Amino acid sequence: MNPRVLVLCGGLSHERDVSLSSGHRVAGFLEDTGKWDVAIHDVDNALLDFLTDPATRPDIVWPLLHGSYGEDGSIRDVLEMVDLPYIGSRAKASMLAWNKPIAKNIVRKIGRLHTPHSVTLPQEVFRELGVQPIINHIVNSLGLPLIVKPSMGGSALGCTVVHDIAQLPQALVDCFAYAHTALIEHFVEGTEVSVSILDTGDEIIALPALEISTPHGIYDYSERYTPGETEFIVPARLDSDVLERVKDDALTAYQVLGMRDISRIDFIVDRDGIPQFLEANVTPGMTDVSILPRQAVAAGFNLGDLYSRIVESVLSQNRNVPHEKSSL
Amino acid sequence: MTNNTPHIIKNDPWYGSYASRAEDMRASEIRALFAVASRPEVVSLAGGMPYLDFLPFDELSELVAKMLREEGSHAWQYGSAQGNAHLRERILDIVRLEHITDAQADDVVITNGSQNGLDLITRLMCDPGDVIIAEDPNYVGALGVFKSFQAEVINAHMDADGLIPESFEESIKYAIAQGKRVKFLYTVPTFHNPAGVTMSIERRTRILEIARKYHVLVVEDNPYGLLSFDNKTYPALRSMDPDNVVYLSSFSKIIAPGMRVAWMIAPPGIRQKLVLANESSILSPSNMSQMTISTYLDNFDWKKQIEEYRGMYKSRCETMDQALRTYMPYCSWNKPQGGFYIWLKIPEGLDAKAMLPRAITARVAYVSGTAFYDTGEGADHMRLSFCYPTEERIVEGIRRLSTVVDEELATAQLFGTTSTSTIPVIKPEN
Repeated sequence: MNPRVLVLCGGLSHERDVSLSSGHRVAGFLEDTGKWDVAIHDVDNALLDFLTDPATRPDIVWPLLHGSYGEDGSIRDVLEMVDLPYIGSRAKASMLAWNKPIAKNIVRKIGRLHTPHSVTLPQEVFRELGVQPIINHIVNSLGLPLIVKPSMGGSALGCTVVHDIAQLPQALVDCFAYAHTALIEHFVEGTEVSVSILDTGDEIIALPALEISTPHGIYDYSERYTPGETEFIVPARLDSDVLERVKDDALTAYQVLGMRDISRIDFIVDRDGIPQFLEANVTPGMTDVSILPRQAVAAGFNLGDLYSRIVESVLSQNRNVPHEKSSL
Repeated sequence: MTNNTPHIIKNDPWYGSYASRAEDMRASEIRALFAVASRPEVVSLAGGMPYLDFLPFDELSELVAKMLREEGSHAWQYGSAQGNAHLRERILDIVRLEHITDAQADDVVITNGSQNGLDLITRLMCDPGDVIIAEDPNYVGALGVFKSFQAEVINAHMDADGLIPESFEESIKYAIAQGKRVKFLYTVPTFHNPAGVTMSIERRTRILEIARKYHVLVVEDNPYGLLSFDNKTYPALRSMDPDNVVYLSSFSKIIAPGMRVAWMIAPPGIRQKLVLANESSILSPSNMSQMTISTYLDNFDWKKQIEEYRGMYKSRCETMDQALRTYMPYCSWNKPQGGFYIWLKIPEGLDAKAMLPRAITARVAYVSGTAFYDTGEGADHMRLSFCYPTEERIVEGIRRLSTVVDEELATAQLFGTTSTSTIPVIKPEN
């Protein structure tokens, strides 16, 4: 009998649709290897029974939940409580990496990486201090253009690039529809690149930096999930020393954030060739149009073999660490 | 592993080969949010799904099993492009309720849902750039079909009595002045989706007169006509002008959408072409589905079933109306006399589409009014469906929605993206 792998996907976040697609893709590739008995489960009130019933209890879980609950560490905490090994960063590391302002702070202070100037403001601050004075200070401090993002969340949902101060109020309203806190960041012009990092047991691999080229310059939800318009270029069209620095910075971010197994680190390389860290993805998209699988195939990997190697690696590590011993 | 020569990865190597009509077929974050709406934690006031738990599935499954034993080789075989003759006869019993008494079974064409029917009639009538006049707002599924054939939609306005004849005529004149060919009027005259209004009898007569005057075909989409709350059925436009109306209706709302069985009644020339178009499109509608529907119609009191549905939907509509009065009295809405939907106007300055993520977080879903226009309008409205959730869930859904609207209004007022400084008090439009 093959080891049981449970792929967790769906959930109740705004990214449920993407998560379902990621989960079914990964499950399909694992099944095709013939090495695993793969099951797929949503996050619902039947999940705990499924995880603990000896008849269904998996040997390992691959959480492919995007958005809140999936990437904020909470489901991973639950998996640790029921002593199940899982693929991906631990709960507390996820909690830090998932929060964009905190992750930026860690990689800047501890990793010594560059990050775009930004402020992080909850809606209440605007209410208490007045909108227009704060907006004026934001623009004076960070300059234009800006990008307004929910402080937590993925798939570019709720993100708006602001070129004029008059656009900022609406951008904030749109952002607060997704989250209580906004990360308002100077929009750095440059080359958008991603580095996926994989731990296959033998080594930690940083896949060659992938450049994202979109017709309108913004990699928004529609560009991400409509096949066609966006082009990925591997390796990114950057000087070799810059490419090397992007790779090193990605590995640094991965390490200082305490990530493990699989992640994707996003940067903008500015006009001076300096990689500016944007975010670290606890659960990178694994859909048929997502960056990580395309990057892996471009690097010569067979996806079924690669995903199997990751599962085998985690299974071999005997990770059933009791919950109270959990740390970064 | 790769060398250091950059190479381009195309997610879709066929990008650039698609027809121009496929350009708008793009992923959308709003569509993605509806994946969450299917979860039981979310009160979905979004979908127009009929409530099916009243159907006699136990008895029906035995009868369908018997049908398969006795006629399985026919049920699972290809069928006629026009549809099963027995079912077409039974459909005549249904349309008589809407005063269509002169139709023959030969006038009926069975389709895979009315969406298939809309596709066929648009394919038959419209070259790119031809004009379709449609109500404002308009059924979102029809808009998608019209766009796929590159037809131009010109809106005509409605009020509480449905399509306004003067607006209809103005739209025809406008199109003609632009040198365009008006191919048909698309209308949902009874219990409109999404507006919930019904065209008055007087207006039906006037609309048909105008259509005849300008030689404009009328495409009457009537899935909700039998679902009135006062047992009143309106005469179908087809019953008033058989030569100039193509009538579409469906079993989706009165029996079950999963069967995908609907029908069209058309004048002879158009009907003949519809059959040929159906054949080239799908060869034939599903025999299995048609025979399942026939089995139901032949063995159950379907009229009584429709009466039960009317009572249930009426009660749910009243519950939603009352919940709106309790929780959202500052909004305005119509109170429909049948069908599935309430068309809600939200406070000025709010954007129903932009507000949807907040609603999903609050575990309630609706359809933004923008879905029912192809012009970007409609952000000040949302469509609320009362057909599927129980009354208890409807009340809870409206309560959740009210908190979402309150929060969004407070945010919009804070950032000055709405001109209103206080919550407006608007009396419901009844």
